Amino acid sequence: MSQNKTLFDKVWDAHVVETVPDGPQVIYIDKHLIHEVTSPQAFAELEARGLEVFRPNQIVATADHNVPTLGQELPIKDQLSRTQVQQLTENCKKNNIELYGLGHPYQGIVHIIAPELGITQPGMSIVCGDSHTSTHGAFGAIAFGIGTSQVAQVFASQCLLMNKPKSMRVSVNGKLNKDVQAKDVILFIISKIGTDAGTGYFCEYAGNVFEEMSMEGRMTVCNMSIEMGARGGMIAPDETTFNYIKDRTFAPKGEEWNEKVAYWKTLRSDADAVFDKEFEFAAEDIKPMMTYGTNPGMGISIDSKIPTAQNESEEKALKYMGLDAGQSTADIKVNYVFIGSCTNARIEDFRSAADYVKGKHKAENIVAWLVPGSQQVAKQIYDEGLDKVFNEAGFQIRQPGCSACLAMNEDKIPEGEYCVSTSNRNFEGRQGQGARTLLASPLTAAKVAVEGRIPAFENLN
Amino acid sequence: MQKLILITSQAVPLPSKNIDTDQIIPARFLKSISKEGFGENLFRDWRYNVHTNEPNPDFVLNNSKYSGEILVAGNNFGCGSSREHAAWSLTDYGFKVVVSSYFADIFKGNALNNGLLPVKVSEEYLKDLIETVTQNPSTQITVDVDKQTISFNGKTENFELDSYKKICLMNGYDDIDFLTSKKDAIKTFEQKTQKIYEQEL
Ligand code: SF4
Repeated sequence: MSQNKTLFDKVWDAHVVETVPDGPQVIYIDKHLIHEVTSPQAFAELEARGLEVFRPNQIVATADHNVPTLGQELPIKDQLSRTQVQQLTENCKKNNIELYGLGHPYQGIVHIIAPELGITQPGMSIVCGDSHTSTHGAFGAIAFGIGTSQVAQVFASQCLLMNKPKSMRVSVNGKLNKDVQAKDVILFIISKIGTDAGTGYFCEYAGNVFEEMSMEGRMTVCNMSIEMGARGGMIAPDETTFNYIKDRTFAPKGEEWNEKVAYWKTLRSDADAVFDKEFEFAAEDIKPMMTYGTNPGMGISIDSKIPTAQNESEEKALKYMGLDAGQSTADIKVNYVFIGSCTNARIEDFRSAADYVKGKHKAENIVAWLVPGSQQVAKQIYDEGLDKVFNEAGFQIRQPGCSACLAMNEDKIPEGEYCVSTSNRNFEGRQGQGARTLLASPLTAAKVAVEGRIPAFENLN
Repeated sequence: MQKLILITSQAVPLPSKNIDTDQIIPARFLKSISKEGFGENLFRDWRYNVHTNEPNPDFVLNNSKYSGEILVAGNNFGCGSSREHAAWSLTDYGFKVVVSSYFADIFKGNALNNGLLPVKVSEEYLKDLIETVTQNPSTQITVDVDKQTISFNGKTENFELDSYKKICLMNGYDDIDFLTSKKDAIKTFEQKTQKIYEQEL
């Protein structure tokens, strides 16, 4: 076997159908995930050209971006959302595509359901018309978001034209401080390297911190790769990965399982592999994090003060956020807490929040929304009795969907209000017009809900 | 897709940096199921007062001095989400070229796939271009796809363009046309690799 290959090289090279001379490569796509918002135009495009869906068996659909998170059993009130969801249902039916729509026990945020159903597997190429497709890279898959034209391309040919991205590696070694979660690790990395450090790259995460992380944590990290500009993130599959996949609905079974695992074990960067760019951080330097601006790179440890703006766009961000340099985070008048999104709406996220919340009550000023990432996560919340913990604490558990992560449905944060959110983007207006988003981990979000303000963490070590 | 070979036009200056896709087309306008009509909501929250829906007189698209098929924007244009609606809203509004000193990856791909040409120029050239266009709205800018050059007032700079994308732009082809012509190679590939990762759902 040839040496010097990165994990990314190995998976990429296995998917090259053809190289266009002096041009891009034709890359084969194993799994294509679709949802109601970015697929209708692609179906329409195909129809307009008189083309058929080439490999319907390799497509999985769900309704997530636009769906209500209360009363999902009722007809959708918002007319446009209803049309999109209906359109998806019709398109899937017409083209023989498996749909986990509203009411289906597998429905949920696309990046939560594919891993939990065992659809996401190491060594695969996975695409979806959504930038946070990078989540699936946690399994050692090449997974990235595509535009709607590309969705149509994959429909038509199960392939994409791509130029091979460069590869970078971010290593974090050492021992994480108490109360530091996967979200804090990735917010820390982005705050250090910036929101465009990864542009043009696929990023591999390496080091003992990621090796010791759960699959849920790895997914949180890979999910936010796109927020540092990278096309995707990847973590080499290991026993943690195999144990997570084993026995899931669509996981390989029997002899096939053994064959696959043997192949998956080869998916790691060779010792002498060279990356185009490398970063290294010490785990000890990472504290619980929070963003204070309007891009995910504007992050600080939650016990520090709001920094001085370094340039015009940071000034604009502070103005939008209504914050002043030197202000303590504890003074920010937070009234909303959102625990949800494909970044942090897996069962582990709710367990860590429930662990902290148990026996406490949310502060009076806080509206706390918990939006499970999928029907299966919701079921687990009830099966494990976490619902009681949250209900007693005054949190509201809603139904699965993207919800306030992008506020396409009714779940919007009012103008000018602050929301501590476990989602991945804090852009202007992302959670509703004029809404002010502070990104944080599920544990921090839970603490804010209980204390009614941003807490300083003690005993970091 | 429309062919794009040579274009000479005035330009609209929008010097802000890091213009993300949520600013280009806010999420609440993504519910449409067709590709048309997005131009109306291009830069919606900058263009109109969010409460009264009145046009914001300070915003460049509402200033009749500035018009043209070329948008000149600050560094890191199109960052944020993968929504292709950003490219559609720009083309639907009538832009054929966006000039910046840096483009976000996904946006760049989406733009090229829709016949919108992202022209990446140096920081100095961009600064000069923005200042010139702002002060002199009638300045003519020429973008030559074949030669891969942009010029105004006798100042020319080259830009990069993948030779595959160049053929597509100049002929009005898109990726689907190309990929569907490759079905045989794709089927052969599937047979060869089936063992490794095919998985029935
Ligand atoms: S939860 Fe947010 S980031 Fe994730 S898929 Fe939905 S809208 Fe996109």
